Amino acid sequence: MPNTETYNDDVVRLFLLAAAVWGIIGMSIGVYAGAELAWPALNFDVSWLTFSHLRPSHTFGVIFAFGGSALMGTCYYVVQRTGHTRLALGGLAKFTFWGWQLACVLAMVTVPLGITQSKEYAEPEWFVDIIIAVVWVSFGTVFFATLARRRIQHIYVANWYYAAFIIAVGLLHIVNNLALPVSLTKSYPIYSGVVDAMVQWWYGHNAVAFFLTAGFLGMMYYFVPRQAQQPLWSYRFSIVNFWALISVYMWAGAHHLMFTALPDWVQSVGMAFSLVLLMPSWGSAANGLMTFQGSWRKLKTDPAVKFMVISLVFYAASTFEGSMMAIKSVNSLSHYTDWTVAHVHSGSIGWVAMITIGSLYAMAPRALGQPAMYSHRGMEVHFWLHMTGLLLYVISMWLAGVTEGMMWRATGADGSLTYSFLDSLIAIKPLYIVRALGGVLVVSGMVVMAWNLWHTAADARAHLIKPIPVPIPEPVMHQTPAPLPAYP
Amino acid sequence: MASGYKYIEAIEKHAGLLGICIAVMVSIGGLAEITPLFMKAHSQEAPAGVKPYDALRLAGRDIYVREGCYLCHSQMIRAQRFEVQRYGEHSVASESVYDRPHQWGSKRTGPDLARIGGKYSDDWQRMHLLAPRTLVPESNMPNYPWLSGTAIDAGDIQARMRVLRRLGDPYTDADIAGVADAVQGKTELDAIVAYLQGLGTLNVDTSAPPVPATPAAAGQP
Repeated sequence: MPNTETYNDDVVRLFLLAAAVWGIIGMSIGVYAGAELAWPALNFDVSWLTFSHLRPSHTFGVIFAFGGSALMGTCYYVVQRTGHTRLALGGLAKFTFWGWQLACVLAMVTVPLGITQSKEYAEPEWFVDIIIAVVWVSFGTVFFATLARRRIQHIYVANWYYAAFIIAVGLLHIVNNLALPVSLTKSYPIYSGVVDAMVQWWYGHNAVAFFLTAGFLGMMYYFVPRQAQQPLWSYRFSIVNFWALISVYMWAGAHHLMFTALPDWVQSVGMAFSLVLLMPSWGSAANGLMTFQGSWRKLKTDPAVKFMVISLVFYAASTFEGSMMAIKSVNSLSHYTDWTVAHVHSGSIGWVAMITIGSLYAMAPRALGQPAMYSHRGMEVHFWLHMTGLLLYVISMWLAGVTEGMMWRATGADGSLTYSFLDSLIAIKPLYIVRALGGVLVVSGMVVMAWNLWHTAADARAHLIKPIPVPIPEPVMHQTPAPLPAYP
Repeated sequence: MASGYKYIEAIEKHAGLLGICIAVMVSIGGLAEITPLFMKAHSQEAPAGVKPYDALRLAGRDIYVREGCYLCHSQMIRAQRFEVQRYGEHSVASESVYDRPHQWGSKRTGPDLARIGGKYSDDWQRMHLLAPRTLVPESNMPNYPWLSGTAIDAGDIQARMRVLRRLGDPYTDADIAGVADAVQGKTELDAIVAYLQGLGTLNVDTSAPPVPATPAAAGQP
């Protein structure tokens, strides 16, 4: 029987486009919000342009719209390739695309208008949360249905991470957003006070763990070996790291609430698990980096590899930093300061954005039917813009954070506090300008990427792409599940 | 490895088993940390002298929530010597039992507000919210001029109180009936000033003996 089954890359291309667009929008909002901290008049007395209204739109835009679109697109790409099968439930997969875009637009418009729960990283109100939950369950259904019709018996490690990302984020989202509506635009959470704080940071921390770590590790475990053109350094090591990472992460949320009214034992448990967490985090980073062993020369020739290698270095660096910041005595200095902002952005601009960009540069030509990206130089320019912006951003915010932390606790010989709060703000204001400049460079890089993708997609736009046939492997004896016939 | 690996291998070859194992592993940590708090919260009484937010302060709190103030202001004084010295006694769990959602915050671009009540006059707060830099030239807080233009809708606040009562906050019928008088002629600015002036004053039981101020002795509740 001739093989007629092809990969479903239509939905992958849609998510690729969405990721490029949301990346620019989400990061631009961030630049504007950051600039408002240096020049507060930039809100022009308009409520929805004000920092406190825009900031949740920035975080939702980069995490869920940009990151989410990139994750769902690569997930659909990877699960097909590693299972040698076409995506199951094509219609539902298309629904997840449009549903997700709808949720992102609604969230990023309603929150600046003041329709917000004001739970950090879970700001959208109940009606947006319901749309997100429906899309998420559909996404999980497509993913597991595709796994169920795979032709390769072993589920490749990238898919474990995508599976954990889907299951955990669904659980976190639903539990954290349980609320009783007053009207369409207002609800009250069923939790209050200290319980709400613990649930919120169990969610907030694990949104980082499972959205920004597990999901992107899934991306890493497929695209790093693919781009290094050699197998993963250690498969056995990835098993240990996976199960350790997903179980330990869930305990660590309490490190966001050190020295607060949260019971002391929970704080201590959170700190202990945060330190343990360093091991699986570094394990994954090492596994990715060691995969390049023997092909380091690609750093010279392949910008996608550059993005991937630096992203893994930043993953290792920011998880180390995170574990250190979870130590109570360090947290005492760093908490509430811009050090937290520096840490988050070394993780997000350094690790998350760079592994995404590297993976998109690896995936896009294949999904768009081209031998390579349109402009090699464009990718080089993007890399250096991104690196410079990243370093300006995190170094300025590290300096600001440590300055604030030191000034807030400085005490004179007579026991009185040395500085007023305002003194610390005046001291760090120039650093807010440097941070805004760093952000501008990162966004410029994203614009270069969008331009490059636009030209690489010329054939796709002209509908000239031929679908890629699925390679049907020879069946293994007594294989379960039994190999499927090709799609009719 | 050879003998143990067969169990791992079974997981890696069965998508359903993989999914179930993941769900179990990710649930343990959250259950261990949240369940005890939840049990305790339900047995824990609000401080004796403290009532849920009155109509105007509730309206003000919801405006605080709507405007996203928590993104720059914490409401959680940590049990640290220099925090207590700057902001007052460290925060305790009972002060936020009526806070849905909690507004402890994670970042201080501006100072902590947990005990801001009474530190400045109503007029100062009003002017500061409308145009902070007229009072503090170096401040980077944005202007919130739109707060003074909108009146509080009594029907809306009553609906909110009924929902909060269903969630367990002890509002009486008289509290709900009294909303119309309480918010008569009040703007959003009046409401948020009333909320701020109650922070650290009306949500703590002043009849109780003071909490020791040194971090070492303070411990945790």
